[in-house]
This record gives sequence, structure tokens and C-alpha cells, in this order.
Amino acid sequence: MSTVPDNLQYSKEHEWVRADGDVATIGITHFAQEQLGDVVFVELPEKGAKVRQYASLGVVESVKAASDIYAPISGEVVERNVKVIEKPELVNSAPYGDGWMIKVRLADKAELAQLLSPSDYRSHIGETAGAGGD
Amino acid sequence: MATEAPTMRRTPLYDKHAELGAKMVPFAGYEMPIQYEGIVAEHRAVRGRAGLFDLSHMGEFFFRGRGAGETLDRLVSSDIAGLAVGQARYGLLTNERGTIVDDVIVYRISEAEYMVVVNAANIAKDRAHVLAHLGEDVAFDDRSFGTALVAIQGPRAMEILASETDADVRSLPSFGVTQGRVARARATLARTGYTGEDGFEVFVANTDAAAVWDGLLAAGREAGIKPIGLGARDTLRLEARFSLYGNDIDETTDPIEAGLGWTCKLDKAFVGRDVIAAKKAAGPKRKIAGLVIQGGVARHGHEVTQDGDVVGQVTSGTYGPTVEKNIALAYVPTTLSKIGTALAVRIRGKDVPATVVKTPFYRRPE
Repeated sequence: MSTVPDNLQYSKEHEWVRADGDVATIGITHFAQEQLGDVVFVELPEKGAKVRQYASLGVVESVKAASDIYAPISGEVVERNVKVIEKPELVNSAPYGDGWMIKVRLADKAELAQLLSPSDYRSHIGETAGAGGD
Repeated sequence: MATEAPTMRRTPLYDKHAELGAKMVPFAGYEMPIQYEGIVAEHRAVRGRAGLFDLSHMGEFFFRGRGAGETLDRLVSSDIAGLAVGQARYGLLTNERGTIVDDVIVYRISEAEYMVVVNAANIAKDRAHVLAHLGEDVAFDDRSFGTALVAIQGPRAMEILASETDADVRSLPSFGVTQGRVARARATLARTGYTGEDGFEVFVANTDAAAVWDGLLAAGREAGIKPIGLGARDTLRLEARFSLYGNDIDETTDPIEAGLGWTCKLDKAFVGRDVIAAKKAAGPKRKIAGLVIQGGVARHGHEVTQDGDVVGQVTSGTYGPTVEKNIALAYVPTTLSKIGTALAVRIRGKDVPATVVKTPFYRRPE
């Protein structure tokens, strides 16, 4: 699995976004889960809650410490990943798959343009170009 | 890489940690490995097989001479006068106010020689405390910076160590101490640890540390030994309910409220004895209790609440990988310390339900 997949957008705070029409899925990156270590607890907003770009939307706790998850975009939560709440280790094993966090209905699609491209995110975390390839 | 602060110390095993890909963090003035593979995997290796720890940051004080036992019996809360050669005992350094200066293990190496292992962060403070209370006919020698400590812990620790030493570790009892060679180096070996598992601590000169480390890692390869960082050391000790100085105990806490009354031999004279005896007779106002938190991880400093009122404070908290629960130690009023009491821990502004439970959270199967 790529550590920075080419089909996603990213935030500087190490969240990823997959926009699909009006709805975007949000998770944290491979780099983020590696920095955190073993994730043991995930706190996510309920369906219907509003998240605001750059504000904390939830928390991931590793054995070591708690870290905020920042909303890379604004919107209303249409689904939260119940599986990741029950099995927080999914954040480590599948950060871009079963370890996703929430899906939101986008409040402002223009915000997507502010996110980092895969290559920008790679340089942000100090990965050389192409290092994220399979 | 010259980015470290110039005051940071390195143990003689620093290069080994780098080779093993450890994540290094500052701890008690040292650059120490917090994890190699990951805290949970390392924790499970110690519970199920064996783990190797670099604890060379810990301090080693030596007391020699006819008066050594007497000085230590007065400095340490537990029964040091009753310690036979080849025995070790856990105890506390206490001050005149009856609070805790440090928690230590005293090893009686020979008739007139004792080793006291102290916490790395407390070496300078303990040295001053010891020197202020040193009696007659005793020579004190702080060998903290020349002594390395490698711990091997877990159900397979004994067989691995036995294959690398001429000492009879199989018949060494719990809290026994002996001399021998490990990986050809002269060593002091003790059946002590901080994980809740069977295991040993091996003290050698700094110059021999790498040989002992490599020898034990190689000897334990088939058994599945892993190097273990400070992260898993903390989750292991908390499951076993061992106090951590600076978190659960310090100079604002006394042994009775800390649940360490059992280390205080009140029918002998030791520093702070009268204050501690009076506290015990009066009954402590607060006590350390074990908590299981239903959702969320409690951390040092979090408030403990009941019906929205702050009643106490968390001193240690983590996710316990073996017990698979969020566990914590907290000071709470004695009236709220009974097993089964419903409390809460305020985590990020929310009062998360918690229950007082029996400790240790984990006990090794017989």
C-alpha cells in the first residue's frame, strides 16, 4: 500500500480527504498513524454534527498520547465509522481503508482547493517524490 | 546529527538502539528508546515470551563497611537490617516530613556491601539526601554513570539468561541477588523487575553493556525475545500496579496514601517514621485507587469527578494491552476508594464513567 495514495487530498495536519460529489470521506494519513503509534481510542462526532475547517473534529489516542483530528474541510457529518470506534487499531492497519473516520456533506466545495496534492503532502512530510508509490 | 542539547546523556547502548531503529526521547536527562517496533507488540512480547530493556539510566549507589546496613536501615522504610546476603528488598527513601524522596531496591551483595538502585531523575537529589544521613563506618560510592543495567523479563527470561551465564539463575529466588558472568562479563544478577513477569536485572560495567545486550538478544532469538522501550515499560508496570516516581509518588505524597504502607517497618527507626506512623494511625484522607475507564484514556493530571465535582486526580493512566482496558491510578478521598465505587475522569471536558477496581490490574498466571 502506498503511504501517500495518489487519489486523495491532504491537510498539513495529516488528514486525508476523498471527495465524491457532495460527500467527502476523512481519515488520518499513514504518516500520522506511524507518528502516533498504537491507536487505542477514537472519538468522533455523531451523525448530524457540524465540523468546521481547521477546528478539531475528534480525537485519536495512542498508548502514548491524545491527538486532535482537525477537520480539513467544513460540513455536516453524514456517517461516522463505527468500526474504527470499536477497533481503533484499524487506524494503524488500514489508515486509508477501514480506518477512515467520518463522511461529511461538504459545506463549501471551494475549500477542497485549499488542500494539498499528494506530491505537496509528500514534500510536507519529507518524503522524496515517488517514495509513496507501490 | 549534533542537534541534541549538550547536556543529554547517552547510555552505553545508544548505538544498539539506533541500529534497532528505536524512536529516542529525552528522559531523565538521557536519550532513551521509547519504542522499537511498537508499544503494544513489545508489551505482548514481555507477557508472552521475553523482552530486553536498557535501564542504564537508573542510578546505582554502593554502601560498604561495618555500618552500611545500619545506615541503610535508617534511610530506607523497609526491613534492611533483616536482609540476608544475596537478598534484595523494595523500600522507600523518606524525609522528615514522612513523604517520599524516592522508591528504591536495596541489594545485599555481600556481608558488608549493599547496592541501592534509584530512579534516574532522582540521582542527584538522592545522593544529597543520603550524604545528609550517612552514619558511622560506611563508605558511600555513587557509581550511577559507570554502571549499565540490562533487564530481561518475561516467562522465557530465565532459560535465555541461563544459557548466557555461569550463575545458577534457575535456583535464584525472587528478589535474590548473586554474582556471575553474563556474556563473559562480570555481572551482578538479581531476580527483580518492574513488569509483573518473572525476570532478571543484570548490572555490568558500561564497557561490557554491549556484549551483554548482544549476547542476550542472540540467545533469546529462538524464544522470540524483543528489545523493549520505555513506552511498554510503563504499560507493563501500570498493569502490575507498580508506582512510578514523579507520577504516582513524590515528595507531596506519603507511603500510606500511596498504598505503600507495606514497605514501612514501623517498629524500627527510620527517617520520617513517626510522621508516617501517625498518618497510619489517623487513617489517610486520600488513597491511590485503581480505575477502569469506560471510554477514553485517562492521563496523568486528569481530574477525577463524582456527580460533576472534582474529587481527585489521575496520577498514571494508559490503555493496558494485556487487560484490554483503559486503566489508571488516581488519588481519591478514602471514602470513595472502595472497590466498585462509581466515579468519572474528566477527559477533554467530559466526565467519562470510571469504576474503582481491585489492583493489580494484571497478575501473572501461576
